[in-house]
Amino acid sequence: MAVTSETRKPLEGYVQADPEVTIDGNVATIDARGIYYKQLNEAVRRCLAEGVDKVVLQDVNGQRYIGTGIRGADKHIEVFGTAGQDMAMFMDGPTVEVFGNAQDGVGNTMNAGKVIVHGDAGDVLGYGMRGGTLLVRGDVGYRVGIHMKAYEGHVPVMVCGGKARDFFGEYMAGGTLVLLGMGSNSDRPLVGGYLGTGMHGGVIYLRGEVEPWQCGKEVGIFEADEDDLARLRPVLEEYCEAFGVELAEVLSVPFTKLLPTSHRPYGKLYTYV
Amino acid sequence: MPQTLIQPEFKVKIDYDKCHKCGRCVQQCGWNVYSFNERPIPDDAKCRACHRCVTYCPARCITIEKNDLAFRDNDGWGPALRKSVWRQAETGGVMLTGMGNDKPYVNIFDHLVLDACQVTNPSIDPLREPMELRTYLGRKPDAVAVEPDGKGGFRLAEELAADGWLDKNIQVDTPVIFSPMSYGSVSLNVHRSLAMAAERLGTLMNTGEGGLHADLYPYADHVIVQVASGRFGVDPEYLSRGAAVEIKVGQGAKPGIGGHLPGEKINREVSETRMIPQGTDAISPAPHHDIYSIEDLRQLIYSIKEATDYKPVGVKIAAVHNVAAIASGIVRAGADYVYLDGFRGGTGAAPQIIRDHIGLPIEIAVAVVDQRLRDEGIRHQASIVAAGSIRSSADLAKIIALGADVAAIGSAALMALGCHLCQGCHTGSCSWGLTTQKPELTRRVDPEWGAERLVNLVSAWSHELQEILGALGVNAVESLRGSRERLRAIGLDEQTCKILGVKPAGM
Amino acid sequence: MRYEPLLERMPTTRMPAFTDREAAFGLERPSYAAEAPFKIHGGCGLTGICDESGALMSGEVAIRAMAVQRDRGNGLGGGYAGYGIYPELPDHFCFHMMYHDTRAKEDAEAVFDSYFQVDLAEPMPIRRVKGIADAPILWRYFLEPDPHKLEDSDMSAEDFVVHAVMLINSTIEGAFVASSGKNMGAFKGVGFPEEIGHYYLLEEYEGHTWVGHNRFPTNTPGWWGGAHPFTLLDWSIVHNGEISSYGINSRYLEQFGYKCTLGTDTEVAAYLFDLMLRRHKLPIELACKALASPLWSEIDRMPEDEQALMRSLRAVYGPGMLNGPFAIVLGFNGGMVALNDRIKLRPLVAARQGSIVMVASEESAIREVLENPDIVWAPKAGEPVIARIEGFEQPIHGGLHLPAEEVSCAVTGTAEVCETVGVS
Repeated sequence: MAVTSETRKPLEGYVQADPEVTIDGNVATIDARGIYYKQLNEAVRRCLAEGVDKVVLQDVNGQRYIGTGIRGADKHIEVFGTAGQDMAMFMDGPTVEVFGNAQDGVGNTMNAGKVIVHGDAGDVLGYGMRGGTLLVRGDVGYRVGIHMKAYEGHVPVMVCGGKARDFFGEYMAGGTLVLLGMGSNSDRPLVGGYLGTGMHGGVIYLRGEVEPWQCGKEVGIFEADEDDLARLRPVLEEYCEAFGVELAEVLSVPFTKLLPTSHRPYGKLYTYV
Repeated sequence: MPQTLIQPEFKVKIDYDKCHKCGRCVQQCGWNVYSFNERPIPDDAKCRACHRCVTYCPARCITIEKNDLAFRDNDGWGPALRKSVWRQAETGGVMLTGMGNDKPYVNIFDHLVLDACQVTNPSIDPLREPMELRTYLGRKPDAVAVEPDGKGGFRLAEELAADGWLDKNIQVDTPVIFSPMSYGSVSLNVHRSLAMAAERLGTLMNTGEGGLHADLYPYADHVIVQVASGRFGVDPEYLSRGAAVEIKVGQGAKPGIGGHLPGEKINREVSETRMIPQGTDAISPAPHHDIYSIEDLRQLIYSIKEATDYKPVGVKIAAVHNVAAIASGIVRAGADYVYLDGFRGGTGAAPQIIRDHIGLPIEIAVAVVDQRLRDEGIRHQASIVAAGSIRSSADLAKIIALGADVAAIGSAALMALGCHLCQGCHTGSCSWGLTTQKPELTRRVDPEWGAERLVNLVSAWSHELQEILGALGVNAVESLRGSRERLRAIGLDEQTCKILGVKPAGM
Repeated sequence: MRYEPLLERMPTTRMPAFTDREAAFGLERPSYAAEAPFKIHGGCGLTGICDESGALMSGEVAIRAMAVQRDRGNGLGGGYAGYGIYPELPDHFCFHMMYHDTRAKEDAEAVFDSYFQVDLAEPMPIRRVKGIADAPILWRYFLEPDPHKLEDSDMSAEDFVVHAVMLINSTIEGAFVASSGKNMGAFKGVGFPEEIGHYYLLEEYEGHTWVGHNRFPTNTPGWWGGAHPFTLLDWSIVHNGEISSYGINSRYLEQFGYKCTLGTDTEVAAYLFDLMLRRHKLPIELACKALASPLWSEIDRMPEDEQALMRSLRAVYGPGMLNGPFAIVLGFNGGMVALNDRIKLRPLVAARQGSIVMVASEESAIREVLENPDIVWAPKAGEPVIARIEGFEQPIHGGLHLPAEEVSCAVTGTAEVCETVGVS
């Protein structure tokens, strides 16, 4: 039979027990198999508090809140498997790298740091993200980059390597959101509808073209020019370095730029009692 | 002997220190309140508080006050009733008035509150996510029959596709249409404003029973043409031009009563449009004399369908006690929509005693008709249009939740064009140029200006309806339609709640 | 086979005495409707897995898939349905029964004895599980309609069975039919889903299709019958989310005679499927398009033929459109269909591995079960994921001809529904 039948894990799904932690110099390795998220994340935080720079999580499957609320620019977490809901939420500084797919809510309200996902990511990616970098190699779901914002020195950057669904960049208020449409297994369009709807800040770059009907009425569609490409280059280089992609291939297709036409898109919607 | 016992209702006050003595008020007033002798002199008795002079006074020096004469208290005999007695004793006449019922009956709309989502299901952001108001008016099939399309998919079954039912439905982009107001009762510029607005909004205006003026032909796809008992302006050309044909049986403001457009209002253009001689009275009989029973209605519906290659045909009735049974009969007679007009609906002219004491609130009428059609399994066979004092998008949302497909607005549309509800429509002297045919008054409405204001009003209500839908966590108006679960009653008795199909707040 | 030792005892109606909970605790006997006097709010997690080749998988897959999604529920309801699980008696209708006390059991068995040939009756195999308390008495019965009674009734076998379900649910207090299809069964109760799975020894069953559900009700459920899945013959429905259009959906169904009394979205979804698939004979794909309709703007961009079809579907079934957040899985003997709302307000992930199709609220459930999926994807909003066992019959439930009232009475068994069809 093609489905799992070996009793390698408890049928309970997760057990509420401390995971096995192996520390080798600056690196801690944790066997996450079947460990409930609470104990797993406690172990991660304990390792980081004890001065470990890098925590490697093996055999992760769906555990929530990995890297959520952690701080410190020089800390690294590597996740092998499928990362669960709300990974790197409120994160402020560290780097989380996922070798696998990530579920919904990655980088929710993230402040600083870096998230690298080598597979696909789910819905509501980078919701309200205020700073830091989020790189995804594969496809992403609905409502990605929703309400990304910028504030003083914080300017968030997100690059999605594959394709995206509806509401990409919805309510976007700041930062840079990039969609490449490369390396996707699906034959669907680059992006769905309601693209940048409600956008009132920041910039969206798409590798390829979009139809006007796909875009919210608050955005203008432009060809990316030399200045744009110059601004994009460091972002794309970071993406290429993370995933071993050739920059030339990324740049082989012209980019489209989406900008909000107003910082107050609904200024005329209301009247006063 | 005194000429009248009735004292003026209003006092017109002019601050002569500020007055420019420009005479603008004299010129603007349609009621001849002002005479001019070095300065404007008002005759309070003629004032209807329509505020035309106030609005146009460059010095802002005019105020209108209530003439608050004290009457000895008597709960039974209010001042209005005393005045009616005096007026009728003086004239022997039927009290005639305009606009809708102004009596303080319980307003059910104001005792209904809407729901919203919190936590267990999300509210939806109407500005950025889809929020669909599109509505199809007309008869729907019982079920969708399909057949393989030979390419691995499906298509409409041949008999359903051939039936062309979809073409016989009217698409409106927002569930607000304009109520019938005839050319004759209102001016051509009002009609032009309504038609232009209907086209821009993707919705419908309605000719009322006064025919379709040639100027409106370009907007015909957005016009419902009405056939009433007087059959004014009705010919095959007229029938074929409309998006739908509506048989008017009754009107909320005057159920069971015909109409009477005085000969003074029948100028050349009205006469051409109504196809009657200039200067003659245009009388609409109380009933259609070819409809004395429900089977006669069926006969008329189908004769119109035959004459129009099966266009949608609606039937407008006033909400009366047996409205559920009547509506059911109308649907079974083949109507594509039933237009229910509640007792607060407006009119160009109606006997006050009829306007104020006959009929039902639209809230009750929609609730019982929607339920009856569902009980009989024929709700899908016709749409429900609700009218009769839809005053805001809140009323709109509530009437849709009670079961209406679309709401029609007449009074609100006229207010967008300047109407102040002075109830003088029947005089033909409307200072705002709406319910008059006097050229010096009708030119006060610039159709372009009027259309813009109507578009603004309906767009604003549509936005607000979208906000309400978003709060309710649904993104299409059909998910609110008839969803009484999303309404609760405050301060309504148990029996009324039951009739409305609405639980009391807290349940 | 697990229940072999019990075969020799069939047919039987005299069962060992169980604790009479009513006597012991002085409790009221619950009816199914006691679960939900008002609309229930709640979220959930779900899964569905189907091997289109018909090959069997242990129920362990369903437990595993639900166990990793434990945090989507709150321990107040879990349940499963398995298909192809009774290959020894595949043509018998299998009744999974819940009894509040022995009297209810005796009364129900009297119904079985008079209308059916009972070829096997036995207690549901269960094991004690920490966290599972207040279980009703659980039995199962493998039945065939009594041939004479069936002939006299002038009904199809399906109608006959649904009639019996209706009779039991509405007239026998404290008895509830959890499922009544052929070669399938529902296993549900109050607890976390993995606990419920253990309780019913689900890992010992093998099925080609499984659906699972984890419930997060915001009220306190009173009765095991209220857990998902909901069933009608071999249909089972699990559902995540709350349908904001419940009010009009239920009134729409009432127009066709269905009676929505439980206040649950799942009940509404079950009747909508019954209306569209069985009564209006719509293909599954199109029924899904009616339940999670494309936006008008999308329809306007479609080719003309498709536009006419979609416009019609939406205009006709608009009041039945499920609006608001949901993900739903319908299981049946021919496979399963999973669907979520048209703007993706509830999660749904799908995967394929060879002939196996799997869906779940979270990808982790898929990774937990499938060793090496060929593809894992997030279905487009409103786009159904359909798995079909080779050679399955259409229309589904083609043998059922009962009117909507009777279907509702069978599903809910509440007095206010059943009185209208003259059963209770």
